[in-house]
Amino acid sequence: MVDAATPLWEVFIRSRNGLAHKHAGSLHAADATLALQAARDLYTRRGEGLSLWVVPSSAITASDPADKGMMFEPTASKIYRHPTFYEVPEEVGHM
Amino acid sequence: MYTQALNANPDADTRDLEDAAQLARFEARVADEERIEPNDFMPAAYRRTLTRQISQHAHSEIIGMQPEGNWITRAPSLRRKAALLAKVQDECGHGLYLYAAAETLGTSREELVEQLLSGKAKYSSIFNYPTLTWADIGAIGWLVDGAAIMNQIPLCRCSYGPYARAMIRVCKEESFHQRQGYEIMLTLARGTAEQKEMAQDALNRWWWPSLMMFGPPDAASSHSDSSMRWKIKRFSNDELRQKFVDATVPQAHFIGLTLPDPDLSFDAAAGHWRYGTIDWEEFKQVIAGNGPCNRDRMATRRKAHEDGAWVREAARAFAEKRAATKTAAAA
Repeated sequence: MVDAATPLWEVFIRSRNGLAHKHAGSLHAADATLALQAARDLYTRRGEGLSLWVVPSSAITASDPADKGMMFEPTASKIYRHPTFYEVPEEVGHM
Repeated sequence: MYTQALNANPDADTRDLEDAAQLARFEARVADEERIEPNDFMPAAYRRTLTRQISQHAHSEIIGMQPEGNWITRAPSLRRKAALLAKVQDECGHGLYLYAAAETLGTSREELVEQLLSGKAKYSSIFNYPTLTWADIGAIGWLVDGAAIMNQIPLCRCSYGPYARAMIRVCKEESFHQRQGYEIMLTLARGTAEQKEMAQDALNRWWWPSLMMFGPPDAASSHSDSSMRWKIKRFSNDELRQKFVDATVPQAHFIGLTLPDPDLSFDAAAGHWRYGTIDWEEFKQVIAGNGPCNRDRMATRRKAHEDGAWVREAARAFAEKRAATKTAAAA
């Protein structure tokens, strides 16, 4: 018999202060407290971090890879958003 | 991540129209060393192959806790016991990383576990051999984890993103396993005559099963072609086996142990150690369920799962009660 489903959580770890939390992986747990404990056991056995976030996977809204073109392509043509688009005479030095 | 809070939807990919253009784009992306992520289009056969491979890999890590767990209470010192405990805990962690990667392909954790417990899914043949002495713990770490590392390092570049990322984590942790195993063998080999004999005996029993871990010879391997093209596999079974033999033979010689293969010889021209014939009939039997410990491993796993049922149930009931209390308080 297949067991009833246990919710899925995404785990984020801050490896040290000054850095952002980064996605480490996922796990199953009945509630947030258990998810946090499981995340500690599963993802920080070797001093990987000093802060953990657990987020229900169902709370994440993701963009659809099929919309990749529509979502991200337009930025490729806007090269004027990058500093290298502009010419500054060499005599001016670093800017 | 990967939106699969959907716990079960094994047939999701049948909705994909596998038209030629989509397939060609997929093949081109893979050929171009692009990584495939869970929500990307993938051919049904790619999804099936990966689900089978990653879940079998996960099952192997989980069953693999048993032979070593057998010696935790009898480890010869606190140092050895702490290391072995940590190692067995790592194996469990590896299983869980891998299940999570397999789930991104659309099969739920519960279904994957059920496939193991029902005997439908396979796990590595190596874990159906018994750990008779303490030296077996050394041999497992050195040989079995050594073979696993050979196999797993190329998997860090697997075309499927979640599998590759899980493998990177696993490989980082696995090197401690191999070193602790070799250190146990080295200590025994440099100990009393009896200890050295124990180490030799363990090597004799684990050597051939370790070579079998790489799977059937290339000539007889059924899944290799598409796995290579799809960059799930980077090297063939025989190539990896040869790498393992070349790396391991000098390590055995260094600690004064002999490999149980009268045909083993160094081919100076090719720079490889040539090994004798592997007993593929034994491999077939162990895979088919007739190894020395198959039944015991499955019975132990099933019992652990059943014994944990009330914990899972209680955790669920508690979470539901808490959620209900919260809703009532908010109303």
